[in-house]
Amino acid sequence: METPEYLLEIKNLIAEFDTDEGRVRAVDDISFGIRPGETLGVVGESGCGKSVTALSVMQLLPQPMGQIAGGQIFYNGRDLSKLHHTEMEKIRGGSIGMVFQEPMTALNPVHTIGKQLAEVVLLHMPVSKQQALALAIKILKRVGIASPEIRMGEYPHQLSGGMRQRVIIAMALVCNPSLLIADEPTTALDVTIQAQILELIKELQQDRGMSVMLITHDLGVIAETCDHVVVMYAGKIVEKGTVFDVFDNPSHPYTRGLLDSIPRLQDENKSRLNTIEGMVPGLMDLPEGCRFENRCPYKQSDCDTASPPAELITSEHEVSCYHWRDLIAATA
Amino acid sequence: MSALLEVKNLKMHFPVKEGILLRTGAYNKAVDGVSLTINAGETLGLVGESGCGKSTLGRCIIRLYDPTEGEIVFEEINITRMQGKSLLPIRRHIQMIFQDPMESLNSRHTVGDILEEPFIVQNIGKSEWRKKRVRELLDIVGLPARSVSRYPFEFSGGQRQRIGIARSVALNPKLIICDEPVSALDVSIQSQILNLLIDLQKEFNLSYLFIAHDLAVVKHISDRIAIMYLGKIVESGGSQEIYHHPKHPYTRSLISAIPSPDPHNKSKRQVLTGDVPSPINPPSGCSFHPRCPHVQDQCKHNRPELRTTSSASQIIACHFDV
Ligand SMILES: Nc1ncnc2c1ncn2[C@@H]1O[C@H](COP(=O)(O)OP(=O)(O)OP(=O)(O)O)[C@@H](O)[C@H]1O
Ligand SMILES: Nc1ncnc2c1ncn2[C@@H]1O[C@H](COP(=O)(O)OP(=O)(O)OP(=O)(O)O)[C@@H](O)[C@H]1O
Ligand SMILES: [Mg+2]
Ligand SMILES: [Mg+2]
Repeated sequence: METPEYLLEIKNLIAEFDTDEGRVRAVDDISFGIRPGETLGVVGESGCGKSVTALSVMQLLPQPMGQIAGGQIFYNGRDLSKLHHTEMEKIRGGSIGMVFQEPMTALNPVHTIGKQLAEVVLLHMPVSKQQALALAIKILKRVGIASPEIRMGEYPHQLSGGMRQRVIIAMALVCNPSLLIADEPTTALDVTIQAQILELIKELQQDRGMSVMLITHDLGVIAETCDHVVVMYAGKIVEKGTVFDVFDNPSHPYTRGLLDSIPRLQDENKSRLNTIEGMVPGLMDLPEGCRFENRCPYKQSDCDTASPPAELITSEHEVSCYHWRDLIAATA
Repeated sequence: MSALLEVKNLKMHFPVKEGILLRTGAYNKAVDGVSLTINAGETLGLVGESGCGKSTLGRCIIRLYDPTEGEIVFEEINITRMQGKSLLPIRRHIQMIFQDPMESLNSRHTVGDILEEPFIVQNIGKSEWRKKRVRELLDIVGLPARSVSRYPFEFSGGQRQRIGIARSVALNPKLIICDEPVSALDVSIQSQILNLLIDLQKEFNLSYLFIAHDLAVVKHISDRIAIMYLGKIVESGGSQEIYHHPKHPYTRSLISAIPSPDPHNKSKRQVLTGDVPSPINPPSGCSFHPRCPHVQDQCKHNRPELRTTSSASQIIACHFDV
């Protein structure tokens, strides 16, 4: 079999939830790929579908409300939704590591850190218990936990919030995954620890060619660590491209709005920051046309007709806006 | 001119109630000798690692906690040991905005009730006047008047934070402790809230103690910045000075770690090694010494006191001028 270009490729993914008010579509027809060794960043407003996308890849949408209602997810050329659940269990935590957004639920309060780490190793790797423990100590050291031998014998509540988050990251990395899916892995950490973790992820990519899907609302973290970026808004991808495409030539009005809202260190103190006025539409009342239309400063009369299709700007840079050319002309 | 708020050598030591340490009578020295001042109309930014004592300091100032030692002087009145009714006027002038508004907003009460409550507690105005004031408050923070009959969970995170802000400004306070008010919000909402805080400050001559871990945000909103490490302030100065000429090695590593939102300009990070020390069992000497890239022998034994530097308004707790 020919090796595919992408380690992970998502094609036309649709994810839906059954709610009291009816069925809602949280992720609506999105496609992207991650090449071996590459880092893809996913950004977008709270509730736009980032976590649901990650959970779909892992086949972990909450049951029975959540389901993948369309599309395919290829990992190493295999469609993950067609795998038997025992096969998926082997991949999860093994060759795909995941850091979930809610860290509190990721560790079991009644087992020691060492036991939990070693268990993950034994589940996925053909090693002895001794070797599993040694691997666990090694990875704890790499995520910056001092005296890992002692920490191995401690319970989650004995660690600070930041340390627990690093243990969770260690757990996702201990089996040498080919793909790491990390959902806001450093949001709870301060900048120095964040820098340490991002550095570690970079090292692991260089050493082992690991791919990363990184979900974060910190555009600084995206700019520093990602090769490619996907920008989501209300369940759809509105722009994607290389990190340079997206930061140098943001071509969707939402991407512009996001980049313009960040306080910059060179700004004058207490100057007014740009904002995106208005609110994201609810999943129950999504508009027919472009979903950003009600907040868009570049809106024109045809924006509410139908959802704008993705158009290529350059070979890798794609935008879903009817008027991206006007936007670029207006700000050139 | 005297300061609006003066904190002198404040300490908050929590007894440790767990495990073997129980018998040894150990303390978590969450805040361990902090002094600071805030003038009227000024914002002091407070930055530091998770667990270094920022929220505890804020909670001592609004007197949610009884400090172990030290003094809190507000408008020249020592409020450190005030209790019960005598605290009421202080509560009116010092307010707090919490990181997670959901935690602090009672979800069984409507927004109208939540905003009216401070007036009722302080026994201010008649019902009709209070209702009018609630509508004004909603207008100030940019929420529609019909929000009065809705519940907090019906709002988005950014809107809930606006409700929290409306409540905190209800009584025309002089000082607001903002504890990570935008950390949970995404950038477009974050900028709306920061603009709102800046506007309110200009309009009402408010002072802020602004706690956050995003340094770009802190720099944007603060006149002065204090850097905290393990219960102590290790550097403070004007926000421009701190950013352009950080002097303490910890401040430097913090600033070098800020990720820059420009892919052409990846920061040259000075990654700290070693672990965050514990406030229960702090390192000897300078508490930053186990992670400091410039550590010398004396750092392990002698604790550096805060001292002035070549710049008059900037102080650091470090033995050296690196
Ligand atoms: N169990 C569920 N039932 C119903 N709707 C859900 C469920 N989980 C998520 N959703 C909805 O799906 C949408 C996408 O949610 P998701 O968690 O992916 O957002 P996100 O982009 O990760 O946001 P954040 O930045 O806040 O983490 C939201 O509108 C959310 O309300
Ligand atoms: N009520 C309390 N009882 C006992 N210990 C406490 C209490 N509140 C805080 N602490 C301890 O005091 C220390 C400082 O905590 P604090 O919440 O002030 O940190 P912080 O700087 O606000 O951190 P973060 O950035 O994570 O919010 C921690 O070790 C914490 O465990
Ligand atoms: Mg999420
Ligand atoms: Mg705190």
